[in-house]
Formats: sequence, C-alpha cells, structure tokens
Amino acid sequence: MVQYLVRRLLWAFVLFLAVTVVTFVIFYVIPANPAQLVAGKSATQEDIDRAEKFLGTDKPVYVQYIRFLNRLSPFGRIETAPGDYGGWGFKEPSLGTSFATRQEVNDVVFRAAPVTASLVFGGAILWMLISVPIGVFSALRPRSLLDRAAMVFVLIGISAHPVWIGLILAYVFGYKLGWFPITGYCDMINPGTDCGGPVDWAWHLMLPWTAFAILFAAQYVRMIRANTMETLNEDYVRTARAKGAPEGQVLRSHVLRNSLLVIVTMLGMDIALALGGAIFTESVFGLPGLGKTALESINAFDLPITMGIVVFATLAIIVFNLIVDLVYAAIDPRIRLN
Amino acid sequence: MPLLQVTELRTSFRTDDGVVKAVDGVSFSIEKGKTLGIVGESGCGKSVTMLTVMGLNNRRITTSSGEAIFKGDDLLSMKPARLREIRGDDIAMIFQDPMTSLNPVHSIGKQLVEAVLLHNDVTKKVARERALEALVEVGIPRADRRIDDYPHQFSGGMRQRVMIAMALINDPDLLIADEPTTALDVTTQAQILKLMAQLQEDHGTAIVIITHDLGVVAEVADDVAVMYAGKVAEEGTVDSIFNRPHHPYTWGLLGSLPRLETDLERLAQIPGQPPSLLNPPPGCRFHPRCAYVMDVCKTKVPELAPVSNDPLHRQACHLDEETKDREAARLLAETMAGASAS
Amino acid sequence: MTDDLLVVDDLQKHFPVTQGIIFQKQVASVKAVDGVSFTVKRGETLGVVGESGCGKSTMARCVMRLLDPTGGTIVFDGRDITHLSRAELRPIRRELMMIFQDPYASLNARKRVGFIIGEALQVHKLGTEAEIKRRVQELLEVVGLNPEHYNRFPHEFSGGQRQRIGVARALAVNPKLIVCDEPVSALDVSVQAQILNLLKDLQQEFGLTYVFIAHDLNVVRHISDRVMVMYLGKVAEIAEGHALYREPRHPYTGALLSAVPIPSPELGRQRQAIVLEGDVPNPINPPSGCRFHPRCPRFVEGRCDVDEPLLRSFGRDHEAACHFPLERWPMTAAEMSNARQAQTEPVTAPQ
Repeated sequence: MVQYLVRRLLWAFVLFLAVTVVTFVIFYVIPANPAQLVAGKSATQEDIDRAEKFLGTDKPVYVQYIRFLNRLSPFGRIETAPGDYGGWGFKEPSLGTSFATRQEVNDVVFRAAPVTASLVFGGAILWMLISVPIGVFSALRPRSLLDRAAMVFVLIGISAHPVWIGLILAYVFGYKLGWFPITGYCDMINPGTDCGGPVDWAWHLMLPWTAFAILFAAQYVRMIRANTMETLNEDYVRTARAKGAPEGQVLRSHVLRNSLLVIVTMLGMDIALALGGAIFTESVFGLPGLGKTALESINAFDLPITMGIVVFATLAIIVFNLIVDLVYAAIDPRIRLN
Repeated sequence: MPLLQVTELRTSFRTDDGVVKAVDGVSFSIEKGKTLGIVGESGCGKSVTMLTVMGLNNRRITTSSGEAIFKGDDLLSMKPARLREIRGDDIAMIFQDPMTSLNPVHSIGKQLVEAVLLHNDVTKKVARERALEALVEVGIPRADRRIDDYPHQFSGGMRQRVMIAMALINDPDLLIADEPTTALDVTTQAQILKLMAQLQEDHGTAIVIITHDLGVVAEVADDVAVMYAGKVAEEGTVDSIFNRPHHPYTWGLLGSLPRLETDLERLAQIPGQPPSLLNPPPGCRFHPRCAYVMDVCKTKVPELAPVSNDPLHRQACHLDEETKDREAARLLAETMAGASAS
Repeated sequence: MTDDLLVVDDLQKHFPVTQGIIFQKQVASVKAVDGVSFTVKRGETLGVVGESGCGKSTMARCVMRLLDPTGGTIVFDGRDITHLSRAELRPIRRELMMIFQDPYASLNARKRVGFIIGEALQVHKLGTEAEIKRRVQELLEVVGLNPEHYNRFPHEFSGGQRQRIGVARALAVNPKLIVCDEPVSALDVSVQAQILNLLKDLQQEFGLTYVFIAHDLNVVRHISDRVMVMYLGKVAEIAEGHALYREPRHPYTGALLSAVPIPSPELGRQRQAIVLEGDVPNPINPPSGCRFHPRCPRFVEGRCDVDEPLLRSFGRDHEAACHFPLERWPMTAAEMSNARQAQTEPVTAPQ
C-alpha cells in the first residue's frame, strides 16, 4: 500500500509538471503581449520594455517557467525584488503576482476557491440526492411510469446546455417568482458585509446548485440505473434471495453496495474536474468562483492567475484521485487485498 | 407422500420477441433423502423449473401455473413472505458458477452468518460458531482462519464448498443443486460430488441435481427426469433410464456421448438444433429431429405414460413399445461394446 | 519428408511477475509451460488433456507462435519456426490454423460469414474474388452449412453452426495442422457430437493433422490417436489413447480417469473413484521434485519431493514421468497407497 501511494505521488508530480508546461507553452504562442496591456494603450516602446522587465516576460519561456516553479516550491532561491534573487532557503510557496492587478495570486485563488467548492460540493450532494433514489427505483421497476419519466429527465438533462438551464431557472425562479436571488454570493461563515451566514449562503446558491446538478444528475441516473440493473442480475443476488433474505435486505446488502462501487469513482472524478471551475454556472449566476476568475484572467492575458487556477485544479484532481483510490480500497476487498 | 410433488408446472416469460414457454406442463416428485437428477441440454427448462418452484424467477416478466406441494403446502400459491421463510431454511439452493454466486464485497463468514440469522433467532456469536462448524464440515482447511476471508481468496472448488456450507447451514430437507460442478475441473468435481453424497448421508437431505452431464446423473441420482424443450421426455429410476431408455431423445443423448470405456469410430448424433420455445413445433416437440418420426408425432402431443411392467418409468413418445425395447437394447450393445469398469 | 509434422522440444513459456515503484523488476515467473516435448505425426490427432492451469492453452499458443516461447524449439514441417519473425511466419500461417473454444467470441460480429471464411484466402492472395467466393461456398457445404448463407452475419447462427463456421475458416487455406483449443466445450452434448463427427470426417477426407486440446477426457479419448496428459506445465504421461485408458502409468492419469463420471450406473457402481485432495498448486511457486507429489496417493517422502521424475518409456509410444508408476489398472485408492510400501525399496537410488 505504501509502495502504491509512493508510486501514485510520483506520477502525480509528473502529471503536474506536464500540465503546467503545456499551459506555459500555450500562453507563449498566443500572439499577445501582456506587457503592452499593463503599460496601457498610449505607452511608448520604452514603457512596454520596462513593463516587460517588471513582469519578467522579457525572459525566454523556460526561464519564466523555472521562476514559476521556484516561487511555488517551499524551498528555493528567495526573490528579493521582481527578477532579483537572493540565497537559498525556505519560504512561503507563492503562485506569483497578477500581471493586471498586482494582487497576490494566492489571495485570488483562495478567495475564489471556496465559492467554487460551495457550488461543487453542494451541487454534488444535490445530484446524488436526486439520482440515487431515481436511478435505483427505475432499475427496480424498468418500464414503469417512474422509469419512463426518469428517462425523459435524463434525455433533457443530458442534451440541455448548462447555460440554458441556468438562464431558464434564473428567469422562472429568480425573476418571475422571485424566490431566489439571481446573482451574487454570500460567504458562509463571515457575516461582515450586507449578507452572510449559512442561510444567506444557501439561499444564494440554490439556483446555481440546481442548474449545476441537473446535468450531472441526468448522467448519474442513467449510470446508477444501468449498474443496479446489472447487479440485480448477478448470481450472488439470486443466492441472497435463495437464502430467504427479504427484498429490502437483498437490496441494501447485496445490490446497492456493489452497484454504487463504480459511482464512487465517477463522483470523485467529476468533483475534481468541477473544482477547477464550473465556468458556465458561475458565469450565468455571477459567482466569483474559479471558473469565472479563470475566464477573466485568460481574457486579460493574466498568466499568473490562469496558472494559479491550473495548479489548483491539477492538485484537486490529484488529491481526489487519491481519495477515490483509498475509498475504493476501503469498500472493495478485491482491490484492498491484491 | 413425497417430499416435493410438482404437478403440471408451466412457466412462461414475456420477452420483446414474444412469450417464451420455458416450462410447459412438467410433473415430477422427489422422496425424502433421495436424489433426483434433472438432465437436458441448455434451454430445455431444467433450471427454470426449479427456479419457479423456489419463486426465484423475475416476477415482472414471468407467469407460472401448476402446483408444487412441499410438506403439504403449495409453494407456487403461498404468500411471498411464507415462501421466503422456507427458502434457505427448508429448501436451499446452490448454483453453477461458484465464482459469481458469492458476493465479492462481503467476507464468507458474513454471508454464512446472514444465512443463519435469517432463519434463527440467535445471537451473532452463535451464528458465527455455526458458520465455522459448517465450514469445517465441508472441508475448508484452517476454517477458523479463513472465515473472514473474501470469496476471491478461494479457489473455485473451495467456493463451491462454501456455497454448500451456506446451503446446508440450516439443515434443509431439500437441496437444489443447479449444475453444481459444471464450472469445475474433473478432479474438483469428484471432490464436490463425494462431499454432497457424504452430507446427504449424514443429514438425510433430498437433492435435486440439475445437470447436462449424463455421467454425473448416472453417478449420483436415484431417479432421473430427462427434459426436452420445456417438457419431460422420460423419467424413471436411474437404472431404467440408462439401461432401458424409452425415448428417442434419450437414445440420442446417450448415443452422442463420447465414452472413455469404448472405442467408437463415430458418435450417433442428433441432427439439427433444439427448437425455439417462442414458437415450438406442434405435436411432439422432438419430431423435427427424430429418426423414428411418424405422422401422428407431427400433430398429437404425446402424454407421459408408464412403461409396461415398470410403472415408475414413464415416457412421452408415440412409438410402440416393441420398437423401443429393440432400439434400447441395440443402443446399449453399441455404446457398451468392450466396456468394463475401471 | 519425414513422418513428423510437428516436433516440439523442451518448450518453455514463462510469464514474468513484476513489482516495483517506477521501474518494474521481475520478482518471479509463472512457469505456464515448463519443458514440454512431443511430436505429432502427419494425419494423426494428438489430444492434450489437463485441468485448468496445466498450461495446455499456453502451449498451443506457443506452437501457433501467437506467444513467443521462452525456451525450446518448435519444428513444423521440417522447419524451425521458434524464432521466425512476423514476416517470415506469414507464409507458414496458412499451414497452421486454429479453432477456438468460444464460437461466439471468435467470429467478428460485424463481418459477413463469407468474408470471415474467405479472409485468409484474401490475405494470402489465393485467387480472384469470384474464385474465393466459390471456394467459400464449397467450404460451407463441406462443414454442413447452406452455401446460400454466404451473406449472413454470425449472430444469425446457433452455437454449433458458428463452430462449423470456425472450422470452415480454418480449412479455407488447406492447412497442414489445425490446433483445436477446447472446440466443443461450450456446446451441448448433441451439438458436440455433430462437431466431433465433422472433425473426424474432415480429417479422413483431407488428411488433416490435429492437436486437440480439451479438459474433457471423454472427448479427447474419442477423437485422439495419442493423448498427452499435462499437469502444472509439464507432461505427466503421453501414450496411444487406448493404452492410456487401459494401462495408465502416472497416478495423476489414473486419478483423472477415475474422476470422470461414467454415463452408466452399473459401471459406475463397480469402480471405486480415487478422489484427489486439494487444489492444483500455484504455478508461480510449484512444488519441488515431482509437481504432483502434494496430491499424489503414492507420494514417497525423500524421493518424490526431491527428485523431478523424467519421462521414461513404458513400451511402444508410451511414456510417463513418475518414480513409482502404477503397475496395473484399475486400482482402488487403498491399493494405490498400499503399493507405496511395495515400491519404496527397489527403484534405483538417486546419487
């Protein structure tokens, strides 16, 4: 197991390097100069050169990349001023400073991440609450009214675009009925400003959660239904019935646990991917999450912020991969004992 | 009174292509402590028959009729809750593939304990002790250490032993074994058959063994029912079926077996394929493949009728008895040429 | 041209078992086939029998060169094919064909039967399109199918008919040797008989040579001229079919024979089955000495678990690898273990 973890972490590191290199290269080949944007429209060539030097974009891409890695590493050369390096030592890992706003990228990411996390985890709970019962019941009663209705839902959920779903929800429940706010985000813990606390938080997120969950719920209903139907046909389910187990016990102990095994993997992957930014939902509902921030930073050619979000998303995927593996091993003895 | 008396059992499944009459009027009985072999090729309805008796078919697509009287009660018409009490307690079942018949995510101990607790009001501790005893009885080496292992940690033969332990843990009156050795190697098969015979002797359990293997039937069964296309073609004691078979399908089966003990140049083969049960042939269902077919076979369904001077031996064929006796003798002489026991 | 079509000498196939964090290093090997030698004469059928894990299928795949052997040589039709490259093998492929166990999985469901059977002819460019079509229709008739079914798909056929298609495909290029890997074990008894008869008829008609692999002793005995019994990657015994059945020498052969259920209640009652204890051991770590010794009723400590028995001759075309061979047959389990005492003394002492 330890050996397995070590191997996973090594691979995660390789993955991390690959993703960041690719992002750097993409930025490099885009024909835009962030220094020009920073220096302003009427800047002289001299201004631009100074801005370039200040941002570090005057250096070749590999130097920029090494600098980026150095900033990110908890041990390395300490940067005394932009582009000037002192001795080696331990330091705070940093994602750098925004080109456009000069904000610390760490702060930007840590401000946006809770918003996205709220959206994603709340959405995941919602879509599991919808899809597990519907999926299981339609598997138990194929072709029943409920099953057919569920299949219509799946069809709509899978084919509808999240932006469209979001706009419809915002129009009906936000604008027409006025039940929920259409935009904005309230912090769950800190009631510093005009809104805050768990109630406001949940109230503001209700529509985003729903919009975000529908697409996944549809996919999950389909998966859970298929898996459960397959498990119901397994020989060991017949064995359980032949033992005289009541249907409820058969379902609990022999069907659900086995059929939801695959869902664990799927859930972990989907959450990890979404943590990198639920771009559509965040944009529609004006949530200041990672997706919206990433979108804005790309538009502004603000490499450090884009990079910061890529790093965060990659870490999320790596961590969740590991969690999925551990959970899987915990619930499936075939994995655990081999 | 027999332990289980099945009369005119019919089972059909609704499928997308139409109604499949998987079992069509099957009757048989089994006495206490005896072994009945139900033999036939795939799709003949031998498994479905016993799954119907146990109430284990998919209820949504199945219609069944007939009677299955077990110890005075009809299993087919009783309430599901009552049938559940009988399943696993009075009637137990083991299946063909020991690889897939145990739940991979639960330890075998847990699965055995579940079987005890479902039918006995005992503590988990007592149930676990019984589970351990059962594992010892079926010959799992170091059972006390292996009880918490998971199915994938056992070989196929050992898993089938665990299945047998689980089936016999509540001391049932009847054990239904559906192809219990088909997935196993021949030496493992011998072990399992020996174990089943031993347990039958110790507990007085009646066994219904469903198999396609005539060799297995000859070895373990007291009585045999040969099924073809959802009907019983012939039934009787094991000796009468193997020594005086009276149905052309039984001849075909026996003739098509390659045998260790004889040098046959060619096997007698039954031409064609078993019929589709969506649309079975009229009259005798075997007539399109039968070498002895007469006009009557194409229209009239033969009834299961006793053979003269052997009332327990019944067969469903329009041929006259003289021909049957002659053909049976000829077949026996051919297949047994030069045979001796080894 | 010699009599021997296929000569396999000391064939080995080891599968590595690896472990490691980034660089996988070999920590053990599964000795699936470990020193198997045999010959197949032209026009005969060699049956190969053994339980799961004995290496019979791996051996067949090595002979077909679908797997690369770890050691030993395979001489086919006078030519060493052990180390031939893909390109060099291509002309030989048409002389060496294979029939598989699962008639459902081994046919491409998206292709028409005519294409499946004629594919090898096209690959080896053996005729024009019209000639190939005629040949395929001829083959369909040979294997007992309707030539008009040329344009059908595999799913339109039953299991037995699909296996006939498999046979036709193997026959298409007039091979010299056909390796049949469990060709009838997925089929019902009555259909199995049809295919066995077909294989026998085709052998007579076209002078084919078969290597016939199965776990079913009855089937192997019926179709084979000679039978090879394998256990854990090694040959336990090889003999002419009749002799193997009448006078098995290896205790494993005896146990196998006595474990086969006899479809006759009388004969069944007369014999006493020898039931082996335990399971086949793990081929990663096979038992020392004779690999059968932990389960053998004739096991003699200090000999069987130390010395590996080599194949030795017991008369014409009959070899077995056992230190304490059976002296007669049938024997009961008690006689077999009693014979142990009688046998302990004489046999030549190890160095």
